[in-house]
Amino acid sequence: MTDMISENQTADHADLFSKFDPLIKMRTDLLSTGVTDPFGLVMERVISPTVAMCNGRETILLGTYNYMGMTFDPDVIAAGKQALDDFGSGTTGSRVLNGTYSPHKAVEQALCDFYDMKHAMVFSTGYQANLGIISTIAGKGDYIVLDIDSHASIWDGCKMGDAEVVPFKHNDIEAMEKRLRRIPEGAGKLVVLEGVYSMLGDIAPLKEMIATAKKYGAMVLVDEAHSMGFIGPNGRGVAEEQGVLDDVDFVIGTFSKSVGTVGGFCVSNHPKFEVMRLVCRPYVFTASLPPSVVATACTSIRKLMDAGEKRAHLWENSKTLHKGLTDAGFQLGTTEPQSAIISVIMPDLERGAAMWEALLHEGLYVNLARPPATPANMTLLRCSLCAEHSAEQVQQIIGMFTRAGEAVNILG
Amino acid sequence: MTMDRQDVSARIIALIEPFNKKEVAITDATRFTDDLEFDSLTVMDFVAAIEDEFDIIISMNQQAEIENFGQLVDAVMKLQG
Repeated sequence: MTDMISENQTADHADLFSKFDPLIKMRTDLLSTGVTDPFGLVMERVISPTVAMCNGRETILLGTYNYMGMTFDPDVIAAGKQALDDFGSGTTGSRVLNGTYSPHKAVEQALCDFYDMKHAMVFSTGYQANLGIISTIAGKGDYIVLDIDSHASIWDGCKMGDAEVVPFKHNDIEAMEKRLRRIPEGAGKLVVLEGVYSMLGDIAPLKEMIATAKKYGAMVLVDEAHSMGFIGPNGRGVAEEQGVLDDVDFVIGTFSKSVGTVGGFCVSNHPKFEVMRLVCRPYVFTASLPPSVVATACTSIRKLMDAGEKRAHLWENSKTLHKGLTDAGFQLGTTEPQSAIISVIMPDLERGAAMWEALLHEGLYVNLARPPATPANMTLLRCSLCAEHSAEQVQQIIGMFTRAGEAVNILG
Repeated sequence: MTMDRQDVSARIIALIEPFNKKEVAITDATRFTDDLEFDSLTVMDFVAAIEDEFDIIISMNQQAEIENFGQLVDAVMKLQG
């Protein structure tokens, strides 16, 4: 008893928050320059998919992932209102218990139709879709071979599971092949790729990479979060564009980009896919999406099946902005426009934040992306275009970038 | 093919050289993060160089167990079988 600490005493404790000190310092230093907090923006009113009121100023939105501008589509909104009336505000339960309503089944059918695949499973977020599928299908003794620039949800899915995790250099087919070749014989293999990498807006050479993966007997999962609705003849993504969708075992996607609401999914033709509903913990141990959300998603997905004109206009926007910013003298993440993301490379965080603020004062919102989310410790101003941006707005955007770039001395 | 520890050590030291900007003397106790100041990007390139040199895989799971040079040499010896 003598070595027990008395109940009335408290010992000095190590502050569990001290590990965050470097980040707190970085943030304090940045804000002490007087710059507006790039991670504290509030939109007071949202006028359309491309315009909102920020700090009392009408602001063009160029960092929303709202690629197809479905958030204010009248049919989408009507479907959501109807579902609120018919099914209430929420399910208060797991998909495998009381949380599956007919709109949940309807949206899964819409996904099967959209991708022309047999199975679709809807998660409460895109993050959970990657977390759940990756951690569940790759188990102890299996190998996950993934691109080093994969999204956090992919990395977290790897970390949550028990498989051996083997990254390779971004988009490097040879580096991927070397790793596949070295995996012990008989081990299960999962190759994880993305269609569009969201930081630089570049696409993956899926045709070659998937052929290589198949040569080594690996299953292939492709995250098409940033391509759905836009890339490919039917908007099914980069794998469709490159003619290899049939070789993809699992497509992961999200409702929070082109679809215009929130939620995630996996579609697959795997004959045993339905067992996932019983074994995938991020699917089972969370409440399902509200019926209004899945109803809006369902209507939006069906409309995206027939959105060829919008896709063409979005490509025009992407090409025009890419050329305009290149001509103005900015350094971009890709030499050619490859997606609806145009990433502008900043010399450092300080000038990146200053540029971000100057753009906001011009009336333009973009995403400021900084390490550790970015590859090679870059600071990026990430622009995501919308099919609802008018040609005139795109010209306005180029003008705003040019003025801001001159004001903060990024352009010579 | 079996290699002795000294041989593996020498080959790894040669691979560390281009990343060893401060020319830290390498012993079994030299730590990659604290002594050699490898950041995550350097780790990726360095691990790829080791993997290619010895034709092995050092998974992230295994990397998490390796903090210093001696542990890396042991891991490579083991992975070589």
